[in-house]
Amino acid sequence: METIVFSLLNGTIYGLLLFMLSSGLTLIFSMMGVLNFAHASFYMLGAYFAYTISGSTSYWIALFLAPVIVGVVGMGVERWGLRRVHANGHVAELLFTFGLAYMIDEIVKIVWGRTSVNYEVPELLDFPLFTLYGAQYPAYRIFILFVAIFMLAALWYLLKRTRAGLIIQAALTHPHMVGHLGHNVPQIFMLVFGAGCALAGLAGVIGGNYLITDPAMAVQMGPIVFVVVVVGGLGSLEGAFIAAMLIGLLQTSAISVNASLADIFGFLGLSPTSEVGEITIASMAPMLPFLLLVLMLIVRPTGLMGDREV
Amino acid sequence: MTDATTQMQALAPSSSEKFRQRVLPFILFALVLIVIPFLGPSRSTITLLNHMGINIVFALSFNMLLGRAGLLSFGHAVYMGLGGYFCVHILNWISAAEGGIWANTPVFSLPIFGFAMGALAGAIIGWPSCKRAGTPFAMISLGVAELMAAAGFMFDSLFGGEMGISGDRMSGPEFLGLSLGPVDEVYWFIAFWTFIGTLGIYAFTRTPLGKLSEATRDNRERVQFVGYNPERVRYLVFIFAGAFAGMAGGMSAVQDEIFTPEKLSLIPSGFVLIMAYVGGIRYFSGPIMGAILLTYMASYLSDYSAGWLLYLGLMFIAVVMFAPNGIAGIVFGFWNAIRSPDPARQVGRFGSQVLGVLLMLAGVIVIVEVAFRASEGYGEMFEPFGIAMPPDAIMTWVVAAVFLAAGIAVMRYVAKRNAEV
Repeated sequence: METIVFSLLNGTIYGLLLFMLSSGLTLIFSMMGVLNFAHASFYMLGAYFAYTISGSTSYWIALFLAPVIVGVVGMGVERWGLRRVHANGHVAELLFTFGLAYMIDEIVKIVWGRTSVNYEVPELLDFPLFTLYGAQYPAYRIFILFVAIFMLAALWYLLKRTRAGLIIQAALTHPHMVGHLGHNVPQIFMLVFGAGCALAGLAGVIGGNYLITDPAMAVQMGPIVFVVVVVGGLGSLEGAFIAAMLIGLLQTSAISVNASLADIFGFLGLSPTSEVGEITIASMAPMLPFLLLVLMLIVRPTGLMGDREV
Repeated sequence: MTDATTQMQALAPSSSEKFRQRVLPFILFALVLIVIPFLGPSRSTITLLNHMGINIVFALSFNMLLGRAGLLSFGHAVYMGLGGYFCVHILNWISAAEGGIWANTPVFSLPIFGFAMGALAGAIIGWPSCKRAGTPFAMISLGVAELMAAAGFMFDSLFGGEMGISGDRMSGPEFLGLSLGPVDEVYWFIAFWTFIGTLGIYAFTRTPLGKLSEATRDNRERVQFVGYNPERVRYLVFIFAGAFAGMAGGMSAVQDEIFTPEKLSLIPSGFVLIMAYVGGIRYFSGPIMGAILLTYMASYLSDYSAGWLLYLGLMFIAVVMFAPNGIAGIVFGFWNAIRSPDPARQVGRFGSQVLGVLLMLAGVIVIVEVAFRASEGYGEMFEPFGIAMPPDAIMTWVVAAVFLAAGIAVMRYVAKRNAEV
């Protein structure tokens, strides 16, 4: 029971972080058809910017300023990078973001060093909020939960209840028609790209001190974000949300399961000392998202909630 | 009717053209491979050349997918890795064998086994992944690569855990009097299989299947109308690409005598993508040039500068943005410029572009090197040609900015002149 409650709580927080990262990527991917390889790099930039800003001023300024800076960087990348490459097709765009991810990794290593930086939870939130089954639960995790839910609500309101959201939604499925109606589609692309990067940056700001801030964080997070987007389905934020929560819960609960394959398949005669039998469910946790990805693409290429094929 | 046939014949390449375009490059390639050892290269140069040979076959096999069939794979190292692992296991079987098949198998023949293993892996993994093209294919290959790399660290008896599995290339019967002990004997082994691999992949592009893969890349529906199944074409090409990658794995197993699970991961898969693309995926020789350049950079530039990965990323982005046909595109563009009716002007344009790139490169190098030394904090100074460039002096950054600005100005000027013509 104890494990289940903690897994649920931690899984929800991890899932919400994943959703914050992947919501921007879903928007970008469905609108422009570009699977942005560098998306997780913007997440990393968010964490590092927040580390630097909160070091010289305060965490609360960083919470607002870092995502904005990341968003501006993202807009610049779209304006002067992606738009140029666009004429050469989707593969060239994909490769451009691939190279960009490579470069951001290296630049981060130059500026902030190769080892992890000490990006700390703000003092105001650095206390145990409540005690559950004798274990203390840090307040900062609940703060992440609230920021994520607030962002979720804001995003939902923006997309479903405002005029700008209406245009973005239209551009998701019918970019040409939106262009014919007199909207500046490249500018919409740039703004959405920037906003998506800013969301990733925000995830970095609040996730960087919860997880760890080091130059490898983009490489670790990047493929999982892809999985969320593809499993959720093209053009569907709802799908991305479900997929993010699913993967968050799946991974967190798998880590806390100590059983090995022999315990589960022992009735089939799998010996606990054999190589396959020794594998624990916990050690398979990092593989689960990719298993889900491959299966999903083969069985249902539109994803959970998507209306188009990837 | 007779008119039509004569015109058709005139369209086909003459036999001298065929010889010049298809046979002559391979004769030259073989001659280069044979002449190199007589120039007396050092041991480290030979090791570098061996790695180049391996990467040439690997990059060419990758380009069977990306350049020819239009399939972007993020997991091509899986096939090289599986082929290579199989070959390291065979190495161990050969040295442990008392009699039977393995005792009579020369190590020289290992790439054949790698080829078979790569084909088998391609046939198994390709069956689900080739159902789709485009981005889903890329995503499946990414997922498969992650899964295989994770599995590599899990099954110790197959992949040897973090230590990997090593073998001894000097075991088993000798072939053509090569003991494969010293690297210069390994060179002949690598040279032979590099040539065979290159020839085999070129021959594949001339087969009906090779032509169909290009047709499927360009217009899938039309291929369907003509009566072929694009899914099956993709699948068959995928198997062959996996097979040649496995062959490169076999070559690597003999050269390095060790394989670790990292060779299955996304890092070598990304590296081969960069090799092929920087070289130029539209030309057959592109990946060869890319493999030679990047292997050289990986082993020599990494000694000179800690920031070599940054240069690699910059070069890749520059190629994607400004030279989508890669190095091969630049080389053949220059060749055509020399042979054009007005070579002086063309070459002049080319020269000014090269000047612009070099100026920009100088600026970038100053920035990167100074920044790297400053961030490492050992107090080391960047001193090109004995000129000290401290990170806290304004002059350093002014110099870098001037170089960058001059390079950009030259490039813009050339682009403007081109637009006017």
